[in-house]
Amino acid sequence: MIQLKVNGKQRSFRGRRFKRLIDVLREDFDLTGTKEGCGEGECGACSVFVDGELVNSCLIPVYQADGARVETVEALGDPDALDPLQASFLTEGGAQCGICTPGMLMSAWAFVRDGGRDDLDAIRTALAGNLCRCTGYQHIVSSVVATVRDKTRTSARRRTKKK
Amino acid sequence: MSSVGESSRRKEGPEKLTGVAKYVDDYHLPNCLQGVTLRSSIARGVIKEIRFDPSYDWDSVVVATAKDIPGENYVYLIEVDQPLLVDREVHHAEEPILVLGHKDRAKAYEALSHIEVEYEPWDPVLTMEEALVGKRILYGDDNVFKRFEISKGDVEQGFKDADVIVSKEYRVPHQEQAYLENNGMAAWEEDDGTLVLMGSIQCPFYVHKAMLPLFAREPEKVRVIQATTGGGFGGKEEYPNMIAGHAALLALKAKRPVKMIYDRHEDMRATTKRHPARVRHRTGVTKDGALVAQDIDVLMDGGAYVTLSPVVLSRGILHASGPYECPNVRIVGRVIATNTPPNGAFRGFGAPQTLFAAELQMEAIASRLKMDPVSLRQTNLFRIGSITATGQTLRESVGAENVLDRVLSRSKFRQKKSQHARWNGSKTKPTWRGIGLATVFHGDGFTGSGEVFLRSRAGIELVHDGTLRIDAASTEIGQGTTSILAQIVADALDVPYDWIDVETPDTSKVPNSGPTVASRTCMVVGGLLHKAAKKLKKALVQAGANWPLTREALATSAARACGKKRSIDFVEQYRKPGDVTWDEETYRGDAYGVYSYAAMVVDLEIDKTTYEVTVRDVITAQDVGKAINPLLVEGQIIGGTAQALGYALLENTVVDDRGVMQNAQLTNYIIPTALDMPTMDVTIVEEPYSKGPFGAKGVGELPMDIPAPAVAAAIYDATGLFMAELPILPERLCQALHDSAQS
Ligand code: FES
Ligand code: FES
Repeated sequence: MIQLKVNGKQRSFRGRRFKRLIDVLREDFDLTGTKEGCGEGECGACSVFVDGELVNSCLIPVYQADGARVETVEALGDPDALDPLQASFLTEGGAQCGICTPGMLMSAWAFVRDGGRDDLDAIRTALAGNLCRCTGYQHIVSSVVATVRDKTRTSARRRTKKK
Repeated sequence: MSSVGESSRRKEGPEKLTGVAKYVDDYHLPNCLQGVTLRSSIARGVIKEIRFDPSYDWDSVVVATAKDIPGENYVYLIEVDQPLLVDREVHHAEEPILVLGHKDRAKAYEALSHIEVEYEPWDPVLTMEEALVGKRILYGDDNVFKRFEISKGDVEQGFKDADVIVSKEYRVPHQEQAYLENNGMAAWEEDDGTLVLMGSIQCPFYVHKAMLPLFAREPEKVRVIQATTGGGFGGKEEYPNMIAGHAALLALKAKRPVKMIYDRHEDMRATTKRHPARVRHRTGVTKDGALVAQDIDVLMDGGAYVTLSPVVLSRGILHASGPYECPNVRIVGRVIATNTPPNGAFRGFGAPQTLFAAELQMEAIASRLKMDPVSLRQTNLFRIGSITATGQTLRESVGAENVLDRVLSRSKFRQKKSQHARWNGSKTKPTWRGIGLATVFHGDGFTGSGEVFLRSRAGIELVHDGTLRIDAASTEIGQGTTSILAQIVADALDVPYDWIDVETPDTSKVPNSGPTVASRTCMVVGGLLHKAAKKLKKALVQAGANWPLTREALATSAARACGKKRSIDFVEQYRKPGDVTWDEETYRGDAYGVYSYAAMVVDLEIDKTTYEVTVRDVITAQDVGKAINPLLVEGQIIGGTAQALGYALLENTVVDDRGVMQNAQLTNYIIPTALDMPTMDVTIVEEPYSKGPFGAKGVGELPMDIPAPAVAAAIYDATGLFMAELPILPERLCQALHDSAQS
């Protein structure tokens, strides 16, 4: 039996050890937010975190994640309580058809979490593993810029308060 | 309270951003089988025998072949030539032969490998040129699916009047839509005998219509529902008819739900792509740059079946002369049958192919005349009063000069050009730099009488509790249909955007507002809803409503207006504007009610060692009549530009000796990433159209038409190499340089 902590919840999986993580998430845990675009590590639609690291879940046999923490798009906000990153995607037009979006959000999340700045080249590099056929990327990049700027503003405010 | 012109938030955005939105493969269907397809391994021939491995356990597998089709074995579209499953004769490789289902997808694929097909192979025809030789006849008596001709003035006389004649040949390849969600469909039969299809689709009523002859059913016994759709770009216009037929056939035979979800390889190999084309131009001009004769020959590869090819060809030739006025024009277009997977709809629908040629031809002419390509365009560009190749007089909303002026000033075109010339003059620089320009037009809505035949209907439902719901079959595929239709209705009713609901496109619930194609949704369907909203508003006024309207007051007047009924529908049907005329026989008249216009400047750099092209800047201005939602319009422009930059520089479909895509993977069919795209400078120009809602025209396809010729012009500026074939890959540039050094 394989044990995983998915979005903060303890889950167990009995089945083929080589089943892809994406299939376990979607079929066994009913977390269909994670999408499959290519099934071979090219498009990034299936991006999730395993122990905090950004990975393509279509390339990972579930046993490799045994004992790990897994985060998917469902760990972010809900439709009526969006996370700031999701909110920026909404106002900046970062999602069109939406199929690349969950994976894109995970990559963007990793970038913001790791202290990424509003540097366009750095953002484009961080998102280069995620294909999008709808947006031409510009509104996705501006969504990340908006998130980063808001975050700096809030943390600046927090710092001033502390003083 | 105005909503039109605002960048209102995408209605379905929150669901998409949280993983809550359900695409077809996200639905859990109890007791469901996974369907897969056995496809032909040869391009042409006859099936002699299908053998099922006797040692394999077939008990848990359901197989359906052509013999299981209760009705007629064809996929209804323009013609009825394409079978749902091959009965005997194979016409292209990857043609579906049978479908099978198993509850486990991996097992279903495994079962496929235990089936052997024995063929009697025939020699296939894999190229247009071969088809035209006519040694082997696949269609009619000359392998021509369709031929059209446009004629204006006297071309021979025009050439006599010309000072210079320029002749060139252009080629464009297949292009894969590469929506990130592959084609997928679910099917099941309800207890009351209704066949239900739910999937990733652009045109629910196309699927509905196609199911009737296949399953010999009454229209009420088929229901088609759109699931959230992960991109279409034309690739989910007609192909869903096929996959729906397969899923339904299997579901009916198995008597349980079936899901058919293609993987990337199958989607790329077997489904439709952009038509490859060869376009020849012979143009006569005076020495001061006035066009006097255009003779254009367009050849497109349709693949093995007619599908939508005649209409693609039609749009192609109607755009083949570019946004320019010329007194003498002859355009001949033919779409050819070959034994390759059928080509079909893709954003732009024939126009990107012919406009690439038309625009690059302007560069060729300018260079021959030693004239500035900007002035050459300005001399000939459409303006109010211009007469097109079909004899249509452009009476309003002609933004061609306006968009060109905008990009010239925003890009500092002339200044950059001389800077680049200086840069390129230095032998020690590691790159060549170039700047190029294009101007295009795109006809909005269906061609000619298309909209009249469609007789689209769309409406708004006023529920007694004050709910306002848009009923239309127009699908949200990422472009923003749901939001812009709601904005139009909200504005016409003078109520907030949030008050407007939009019904899911479901053939059992909504009227047929026509297919979601041809840049028609905003202008045509939006126009119908605008009218419907005005009528609805009148009814509310009669029921005592006052503005500004509160939710309570809306509910009260809605209840009063509805009386005993639960709701009332305000439905509008398309009617032909009185002053539009079109003759299908002669191809004369108003090909489209109105056109959108775009200009683009591309600034790029080419590495002298690797020949890699880096697009540094894209500056574009596009005339869309009125931007109902500027953010979404910008999204269409930037997204379409990216797709077209891929067409120009990266996307190379390699075809094997069976006519099938060999690089059917995102690994080696390269589409642009975030790093390949520059930050684009977009100006929205609004030359209002009197018959569009709030002046709106279309924008969906326009941005796809323009980047490729602008890129080729910039490469010409940078290197002097005239790259008349797409995609312009580093190896092709290398070869061209080598060849030019030799000569
Ligand atoms: S589905 Fe995993 S990278 Fe494309
Ligand atoms: S929004 Fe459609 S693929 Fe990115």
